[in-house]
Amino acid sequence: MAAHDGTQNPVLPGVPVPDPAGSRSEPALSVPRVGYSDVRELRGPLLVLGDADGVGWDEFATVAVAGQPERHGLVLEVDGDETTLQVFEGTEGLSLGGIEVRFSGRPLAVPSGPGWLGRVCNGRGEPLDGGPPVTGGAPTPVGGWPLNPVYREPPQDPVLTGISAIDALTTLVRGQKLPIFSVPGLPHLTLATQIAAQATTSSGRAFRVVFAAMGMTHADIAYIRDRLEERSAAGELVLLLNAADDPVIERILTPRIALTVAESLAYDHGSDVLVVMSDMTSYAEAVREVSAARREIPARRGYPGYLYSDLATLYERCGRVQGREGSVTIVPVLTMPAGDITHPVPDLTGYITEGQVVLDPDIDARGIYPPVDELSSLSRLMRSGAGKGRTREDHLDVAAQILSAMARARSAAELAELVGTAALSETDNAYIEFRDVVEHDLLNQGRDELRTFEQTMTRAWQALSLLPRRELNMLSAEFLDKYLPGPVGGARL
Amino acid sequence: MGRRVSAAGTGSGPEAGTITRVSGPLVEITGLHGLSMLEIVAIGPERISAQVVAINGENATLQAYEYTGGLKSGDRAERSGHQLSGLLGPGLLGTVFDGLLRPLSSAPLWLTQDRQASAEDPAVLETEWGFTPSVKVGDTVQPGQVIGTVPEAGTVEFRVMVPPAVAGVVQWLADGPVHPLDPVARVDGVEVPLAQQWPVHTARPFGERLTEALPLHTGQRVLDLLFPLPRGSAAAVPGGFGTGKTLTLQQIAKWSDADVIVYVGCGERGNEMADVLDGLSDLEDPRTGGKLIDRTVIIANTSNMPMMAREASIASGVTVAEFFRDMGYDAVVIADSTSRWAEALREFANRNGDLPAEEGYPASLASELSAFYERAARVRTLGGATASVTVIGAVSPPGGDMSEPVTTDTQRFVRSLWVLDRELAYSRHYPAVSWRGSFSRDAEALARWHSANGDPLWARRRASATLLLSEADRLTALAEIIGTSSLPGHEQMVLLGGRLVRDGVLLQNALSPNDGYSSAEKGSALLQIVLDVVDACQALVARGVPAADVERVDFTPILRLRENTGPTDADGVWAQGRGFLARLQQMDGTGPDRPDHGRATESSGGIDGGT
Repeated sequence: MAAHDGTQNPVLPGVPVPDPAGSRSEPALSVPRVGYSDVRELRGPLLVLGDADGVGWDEFATVAVAGQPERHGLVLEVDGDETTLQVFEGTEGLSLGGIEVRFSGRPLAVPSGPGWLGRVCNGRGEPLDGGPPVTGGAPTPVGGWPLNPVYREPPQDPVLTGISAIDALTTLVRGQKLPIFSVPGLPHLTLATQIAAQATTSSGRAFRVVFAAMGMTHADIAYIRDRLEERSAAGELVLLLNAADDPVIERILTPRIALTVAESLAYDHGSDVLVVMSDMTSYAEAVREVSAARREIPARRGYPGYLYSDLATLYERCGRVQGREGSVTIVPVLTMPAGDITHPVPDLTGYITEGQVVLDPDIDARGIYPPVDELSSLSRLMRSGAGKGRTREDHLDVAAQILSAMARARSAAELAELVGTAALSETDNAYIEFRDVVEHDLLNQGRDELRTFEQTMTRAWQALSLLPRRELNMLSAEFLDKYLPGPVGGARL
Repeated sequence: MGRRVSAAGTGSGPEAGTITRVSGPLVEITGLHGLSMLEIVAIGPERISAQVVAINGENATLQAYEYTGGLKSGDRAERSGHQLSGLLGPGLLGTVFDGLLRPLSSAPLWLTQDRQASAEDPAVLETEWGFTPSVKVGDTVQPGQVIGTVPEAGTVEFRVMVPPAVAGVVQWLADGPVHPLDPVARVDGVEVPLAQQWPVHTARPFGERLTEALPLHTGQRVLDLLFPLPRGSAAAVPGGFGTGKTLTLQQIAKWSDADVIVYVGCGERGNEMADVLDGLSDLEDPRTGGKLIDRTVIIANTSNMPMMAREASIASGVTVAEFFRDMGYDAVVIADSTSRWAEALREFANRNGDLPAEEGYPASLASELSAFYERAARVRTLGGATASVTVIGAVSPPGGDMSEPVTTDTQRFVRSLWVLDRELAYSRHYPAVSWRGSFSRDAEALARWHSANGDPLWARRRASATLLLSEADRLTALAEIIGTSSLPGHEQMVLLGGRLVRDGVLLQNALSPNDGYSSAEKGSALLQIVLDVVDACQALVARGVPAADVERVDFTPILRLRENTGPTDADGVWAQGRGFLARLQQMDGTGPDRPDHGRATESSGGIDGGT
């Protein structure tokens, strides 16, 4: 707002404040003249400032200490003349005196537009690549506004990733949010980067990629940069990197900047944008840390009760808008602590996202890449993004049949472990062989291998041909006659 | 909306106070005297709506219904004198609203906080409607009585009612087009407007509750056959993520035989709301010939929209349903998900420093839930019609944990519970309604209704199916230890029978034009045929046919019966099913002379006896 300085221009109780809308068009990071320095408390990432009338909730602030790099903060609470800030860089080394806090009069905003393409920045959006600060379009608040659901276009075009496990069984749809649930040690980054490198729309258009790394090791960051070098060289990649040793609270900002950039590229510049956010567990830990410092009553495992809503403000920024070209597709990556899918982060994520791709250590141990547990995985939007007119007429039925057969195969395999394969019926044995072929010929593929959709479907039908035809009751006779390859091991049929 | 409702607060204090504290949706103000609980206060330069939740001297605590970014200590707070209200009038059906019942169709692309200024949407207020009176000047009318209709308001006739507290002689009636807030009649000196403002937290009055049980036909076989719900009753659908909760609710919204559906997306996905809107706009209502969207009111408060409006969205939804009930319709409110609303309550209680009960939820959680579900009722309306509000609420238990507070509290207040099971969903058995954890407390009463309405076998079929499923579950557990082939023949047939009931009857493909909806007759026919087939299999085994031979029969014609007959084609089910049954009964178990089992296609309908 125009005057944030409570001492010179106090806001009188009961007097209406002039409409501030006019002041919103000022440049993003213009910071008012007078700072506040009555710091009363420092606790964890929190800074409590006194004697600061006229500060708005959720305002962005800079925290300056002589001889130190500038820090940044956001207003979490306004109580009388006291203001609580969260400081993104943490409060290490601060003391109550000698701090000057300046408020910007608006929420944190970043420049929008294509100026970000080809850039490598830290988790706050400051360049790491030696270039000048990112400039460009109008400053846009990183929190984003909720998209009016009436203007949403239901996502219905498939994204072809060239990865059979995804294309065949958990089809990604343009404008969807589909997370990868993994555990430490599995190739989730390989999968995420393979999707980012290979994905195209059904018409063959490549995606622009915004990669938000939160709390990732430098080794992982180097790996991502290496895997996405081609996209980066083409100027189609934005990297926002918050490393494991970077300030923790900064991670709260990183995905918001990424999504703000993505929304602008998608809706103002007509691009199809893929946002990869990794690792959401590190993000949630940063949220928990702030919550704990505020002494909030925790819900599950110390995470705040609003974690669902907080995650939703990120994930819900995917989609397509009526009458506009572009789209935002989000692939969050998260590691489940101890592989527990009921942990709050995967659990709440799963409630918001439109499905999940679950990686499984047992499948990984069998040497399958990507080690996708197809039975736990799901793409909710697949039914509108696949099938006749989208991918292929038989796609949905084939996927349903494979998954249902995989479920049957799993119980047959469990039974076989108890009673031995010899005691199983012929049919059950056929299912076990089917599963083997699905895993090795359909799901397993190279880390840089790009399969066309037709190749994927051919492999799917090959696997199905191992089952007796009477078991294929989710497929119509028409599809069976048209696509089922000639008898393989006809004796069994 | 809602500038003239309710005489909440007649205090004579100043009309504006100031903000002292802002913490997310929690706002504290001072200096406003005579505020009443639940009153709406307009705060800050954008005049965003906030509701009074606590009063202490001249201080008050508010929950804000919008993003509070930019609000400062010292900002102005203005009282409104009314509670949160919705404008109930023509134009509700087929429209999408936000939690505060403001139309989203006329709102901008991005929902910023300054749309508060357009809360009294000119697009709504300036629409003209024709009014056709059904009473005459000089008639005496009672509260709730229909005094006229609005013909162009869609396939569901919009009826204008005398407000609850008004009665007497009609002194004047409108002639020609009217706006929503214009009067259409004067009754005993009181002007009756076309649209009514109603505080959404107050249940609309009715004559009396009716106790007779009539089924709400949902078109979903597992619900209609095993866990039916009476009209005017309440059901909850608990299910972890990925169990198909939303798809199940969408199917109910599409196919249940109610007159009006109110679909409340409370803290759920934006793409889903777009999908509901899109899906309903495409589908034809088989009963009216109009589009399904024309009998539907959508209230969308997606998960990234302001959290406290979730609570308002639930109340708004039920209020709209009650409004249509009062016109004499059967309305269904579908709320997805009540857990998100409970989380909003928790979030606010936490910020307010309330002592938590279980898992951080406020102690009032159970009473808030029961207040919501108890607004379901089948009633005699004030106007004398028989009508109902049925409430179906989704519950999203964290981690699929059915012992968490929202799930356990909800179970106490509903008549039917439809538990969605993760194992079923993982094997792509949709709707994944578990026959173990679900219940219907009115099944007996509904059995009497079916018996009196031409289906005396309904209860027996339900009992047989339930028994078969639970026996099959028990034996499956046993077979996992000792192997299927070690079970005696009749027990192997129970396993087979369980599979036939699950895959041939309960499984329902929501995407299939033939299978997505199932009439009551088709559902009953399918279940009866499958039970007959199971009996026939048992008879074969009893006659000495080896169980393994029966298991190798190609049951595809039975399993695809639901797909191969139209949604209401019970006769087709009978014809095809009986044909299969006859061939099955002729099977003699001697082996070699049975028809070739090779690549039997479903069209051949042949019995595949296996090798």
